[in-house]
Amino acid sequence: MVSIPDQSKRTDNLQRIESLLMNIEDIHQLLVDQFGTDVVTALVTESKDPWIEVAPESIQDVTAFIKNDDRLRFDHLTNLCGVDYFEPDAKKQAKFGHDPHIEVVYHLYSYNHKHSLVLKVKLPRWKDDNEGELPEVPSVSSIWASADWHERETYDLMGIRFLNHPNLRRILCPEDWEGHPLRKDYDFPLEYHGIRGR
Amino acid sequence: MSMQVEDHRVIEYDVRTDEMLVNMGPQHPSTHGVLRLLLRTDGEIVHEITPHIGYLHRCAEKIGENLAGPQWIPYTDRMDYLAGMNMNLGMSLAFEKLLDMELPEKAINVRVLIAELGRIASHLVGMGAYGLDLGSFSPFLYAFREREIILDLFEEVCGARLTYSYITIGGVTHDIPGEITIPPGLASLTGRDMNTKLQWMDAVLIFLEWLEERIREYHALLTRNQIFIKRVAALGVCSREMAISYGCTGPVLRGSGVDHDLRRDGEPIYTRMYEGYHFDIPVAPFDDAPPEVVLGDNWCRFFVRMMEVVQSIGLVRQAIEKYPSAQGEARVPYKMTNKLPKDECYLETECPRGQMGFYLVGNGAAEPLRARAKSSCFCNLSITAPISEGFFLADIPANVGSLDIVMGEIDR
Repeated sequence: MVSIPDQSKRTDNLQRIESLLMNIEDIHQLLVDQFGTDVVTALVTESKDPWIEVAPESIQDVTAFIKNDDRLRFDHLTNLCGVDYFEPDAKKQAKFGHDPHIEVVYHLYSYNHKHSLVLKVKLPRWKDDNEGELPEVPSVSSIWASADWHERETYDLMGIRFLNHPNLRRILCPEDWEGHPLRKDYDFPLEYHGIRGR
Repeated sequence: MSMQVEDHRVIEYDVRTDEMLVNMGPQHPSTHGVLRLLLRTDGEIVHEITPHIGYLHRCAEKIGENLAGPQWIPYTDRMDYLAGMNMNLGMSLAFEKLLDMELPEKAINVRVLIAELGRIASHLVGMGAYGLDLGSFSPFLYAFREREIILDLFEEVCGARLTYSYITIGGVTHDIPGEITIPPGLASLTGRDMNTKLQWMDAVLIFLEWLEERIREYHALLTRNQIFIKRVAALGVCSREMAISYGCTGPVLRGSGVDHDLRRDGEPIYTRMYEGYHFDIPVAPFDDAPPEVVLGDNWCRFFVRMMEVVQSIGLVRQAIEKYPSAQGEARVPYKMTNKLPKDECYLETECPRGQMGFYLVGNGAAEPLRARAKSSCFCNLSITAPISEGFFLADIPANVGSLDIVMGEIDR
């Protein structure tokens, strides 16, 4: 029988447990010691969910490490998605506050240690700034099997190419669909196989 | 003349069967909606499964980027349309986390009550449809008879039977109703007059009392039924490691022996709701399982759901007990024009089918820059191929059904 105790009564116990858990600063320090600041580029703590930023080309090494290291054991990839930081409206661009770029966000959880972590990878919106060429990041599907479908979805909707992915096909949109709908500058098609769009 | 076969290849040649591609779905009734499985079979054995999804894709995430929070709620109803209340709750909590909103006691109490009733309704469909997948029609009818009463009760609460949009940012749209006319289903099942007037809470209590008795019958009908056990036990085995690696959550994860439920292990904003409530978290292996059952098989997943119904009944009763003493309003106002901060958050809640996550990125506007709905069934469905390959064609409906998927949530 589990009973969720009152907040007031559980502070002592909670503090004890929390002291055993690694907080984001500890994890960041551990990763910096392991990989250096060229790979672990930033730690952002002023957020509801603090995150650690990692260089795209090293994401596979970092994720393999945090999954297998006994202190971290992030065995569950809860969510993987892309975010397009771009404001297509020229008038609103000044207020937008972000440089145009794309992020891949990895939300992780450890069933052993019951702690979670957010990793981010920053990519250009287009590879080498050639419009139409998708940005690339190594796949983590060899580390967590759940990444396989999530990366396919992110490729499909956000237009990010995951290198070394076993089967990078569209998953939600039809295979002959053009464009990547979650891009901020995506144009809705006028028609698809004779079906009227907008 | 006796025939002596010296060359074994002769026999092999004789019984050789061709590989065949079989298309299962997207309109096959036992695929729970529009799921298409492309099977490469050799006789009765399935060698390869390629799931094709996306038939219900409505780009809910893109729509979410163009709408303010409260406007997006009706779209979450249509994700997991069998547990609309729980979808509303997950989305609302994500917005509340982003905005640091404090909720009154009453709102939280009503949310627990409604979400757990929703869980019962959803698991009833899971149970009934699973019986249907395996060729037994009656559990489906019983399950829908029971679920109908919950839908009637929800209709009294918010006017809708399936797409509620009742739980909203800042609480629930309005308080639980007082006196109602007894739902017709409940009246006829408990031998009451159709025009009986009673309190909504009392109607729920009458229903729960009646449902509790029925659970024993479901166990006799399915769980302990030898035919059912032969069809599901030791099939579709998903090991603990596989469940974790494929990101399975909810009953699929607990059926594989991982003791994890967000109502206990989730983030404080979610576990706070269940403070002071007592409940068990059913996790396989079960001591009273039939001897044929293996950890992580179809039977375990099914049984976890059945046991969760019992726990949810207890939770609803506790919520009703706490209701009169709960302070405050059922809702704190949230304006459609409320600006979201330049921040982001991710929150998962324990929905009947697993952990549904919402990831929001605010950027100073009322509409989020990114509204991501992470589906639990999406991950649960991805184990279909590894658990079914190498088994019989006839076992596929049993395996897919045990995952209890809803395509609306997978395709979003």
